[in-house]
Amino acid sequence: MPFGRKPNEFPSHLWTQCPSCNEMLFNKQLARNLNVCTKCDHHFRLGARERIELLVDKGSFHEHDAALTSGDPLGFTDSKPYPERIAAAQTKSGEKDAIITGEATIGDNPVILAVMDFEFMGGSMGTVVGEKITRAAERALAERRALVIVSASGGARMQEGTLALMQMAKILGALARLDQARLPYVSVITDPTTGGVLASYASLGDIIVAEPGALIRFSGERVTSGTVGEKLPTGFGKAEFLLERGFLDQIVPRPQLRERIGFFLTAFRAASQDLRWSL
Amino acid sequence: MLDRITGTKRTVEANGHLPVDANLITEPAQLASRVSAWEAVQAARNIQRPHTLDIVGRVFDRFHELHGDRGFRDDPAIVGGIADLDGRPVVIVGEQKGASTEENIARNFGMPHPEGYRKAMRLYRLAEKFHLPLITFIDTPGAYPGPEGEERGQAEAIAQSILLMARLQTPIVVVILGEGGSGGALALGVGDVVLAMQNAIYSVISPEGCAAILWRSPAEAERAAKAMRVSGPDLLELGVVDALIPEPAGGAHTDHAATAAAIRTALAAQLAKLERVPAADLMSARYERFRAFGALDEAGAAPPPPPPDSWWRRMMKRPSS
Repeated sequence: MPFGRKPNEFPSHLWTQCPSCNEMLFNKQLARNLNVCTKCDHHFRLGARERIELLVDKGSFHEHDAALTSGDPLGFTDSKPYPERIAAAQTKSGEKDAIITGEATIGDNPVILAVMDFEFMGGSMGTVVGEKITRAAERALAERRALVIVSASGGARMQEGTLALMQMAKILGALARLDQARLPYVSVITDPTTGGVLASYASLGDIIVAEPGALIRFSGERVTSGTVGEKLPTGFGKAEFLLERGFLDQIVPRPQLRERIGFFLTAFRAASQDLRWSL
Repeated sequence: MLDRITGTKRTVEANGHLPVDANLITEPAQLASRVSAWEAVQAARNIQRPHTLDIVGRVFDRFHELHGDRGFRDDPAIVGGIADLDGRPVVIVGEQKGASTEENIARNFGMPHPEGYRKAMRLYRLAEKFHLPLITFIDTPGAYPGPEGEERGQAEAIAQSILLMARLQTPIVVVILGEGGSGGALALGVGDVVLAMQNAIYSVISPEGCAAILWRSPAEAERAAKAMRVSGPDLLELGVVDALIPEPAGGAHTDHAATAAAIRTALAAQLAKLERVPAADLMSARYERFRAFGALDEAGAAPPPPPPDSWWRRMMKRPSS
C-alpha cells in the first residue's frame, strides 16, 4: 500500500490488494488485464464465463447441456440439505453447476470446451460435472473435434458419495475412446486443482499446461501436513513444482493461453493422418 | 424428474453375466439384518479381518508374487502376481494391509505410493498381453497423501490406472475386501463385475475427512458415514457394486477360511461367465456400466435462476483469491 494512505481510501468494490505484491489494484483495470496483477503478474482466479471469452475465437462459443442439474441421490444432509446447497450456489452464481461445456473454435481449430468454475461449491465434481464432461468427450469423438478441459476444483463432491467417485471412471472411459481415435485432448490446470479431478482427467492430457502459481496437488494441505507432522516447504504443490517434477508440459501465462492451445491443436491437425478432425 | 440410474444391473443383465449365483447377495432384502454404516466402517477396518495375501493364499491353488514397478521400487502396499484357480491362470493385484502394527508400518497401512499404482499398471498390461483375467482386491484407507507421493505424481498414477483399466482388453473382476478409500481404491476398481464383501465399505472420502470438512469435527465421522451411504447394502442400492459376497455370521475376521471359500465360489462363477463374453462386448459393457452412473435432472428445463448481476459486475467484485 502506498505510504501514508489509510485503508479506507481503497473501498473494496473499487480496489483489490494483490496478495502477492500487496499492490492496490483498481478493479476495473484488473478485470481488463484478465484478472492478472498489473505489477507482479499474480494470477487471480477467473470465472468460467470470463475464461471462455478469453480462450475461444470471438463469438465462436455455443453452450451445450445448459439445463443439466443435479439430483440428490443420497438424500444427503449436513448442516443443511444438499438440494438447498445447490440452490444457494445456483442463485449466487447464476450457473446450474460447477462446469460449462460447449463447442467453439480456438485458433480456427474446432474444439469441444469444458470449463470448471471454482466459485460453484468449490468446483466440486458430482454427477453433473461427470455427465457434462463425458458428453463433451463423446461429442468430440462423434464430431471429430479436439477436447479442451479447464480444471479448477477441490475434488469430488462429497454430497454425492460414491456416485461422484464413479464419475472419474466414467469420464476416463470416454477419454480412453478419444485417445484411441487419435483426437487431441488438452488439459489446462488452473488454481486450485486438487483431489479427484487432478487424479483423473486433469492429469491425462496429450498436452497438460497450467497457469503460473496455480495450486495443484492430490491431497489438501492439512492432510499432507498432518501425515508428515511438519510444515511443507514454500511452493510445494504449486505449478512450478509440478513442472520441475515432470508432470506438466508448460506453465502458460493467462494472456498467452488461447494462442498456445491453438498452436498445439494446429500442429496435431497438420501431422494427423486423418485430416477429418478439422471438421 | 430424478433419474436415478443404478446402471450395473441393466447392462450386466443385457450381457448375460449378472451374478445370480446362490451365494451372492444382489438385493439388500436378502440380508437377514442390515448393519449400520458405522458398524460397517468398523468391521471393514478390523485389523483381524483377512487381508489380500490371506485371501489369495486360501482362494488360489498356487500364487507367485511379482515385485516392483520397474522404475522406482517395490511398493509393499500393493501386491500382485500370477495365480491359478482350478487350473485357470489369472493375474492378481491387491492392496495389502497388515495384521499387526509392525506389519502395518511395513505395509504403510495399505496406503500405496505412486510406484504401487505403477506396479499395478504393469501387471494390468501383463494380463492383457497374455489374455489372462485380472482380479483385483481393494483394501485401502486411500492413496498415501504425503509429500513423497505428491512429488512422484500420486494423482497422475491414479488417473493412469483408472484409464488403463477402462480400456484393458481382458476380463476384470474387482473385489472390495475391506476399505475402499476414494481414488486410491478406484485405481483398482474399474471392472466388468464389481463385488464387495458384505461388510466392506466404499467411499469418496474417509468418513473422518468428510466430517472434518462438512461438520468441522472428525468426531462426526459416524454421521458422515451414514450420510455418504458407504455400507455394502447402500452400494448395492446405488449400483456401485453388482453383488455382495456373504461373510460368516460374526464377520469375516471370525473365520478366514469360510470367507475365502465364499470368495472362491464367487470368483470361479464370475470368471466362467466372463470368459464366454467376446472382447468387444466386454469393452462396451464395461463402458456402459460406468457411463450409467448419474443423478441428473434434465427435464427441469426451467431456466436457471437469473444471475444476480451481469458478469461484468461479478467480475468486478470477484478478485479475492
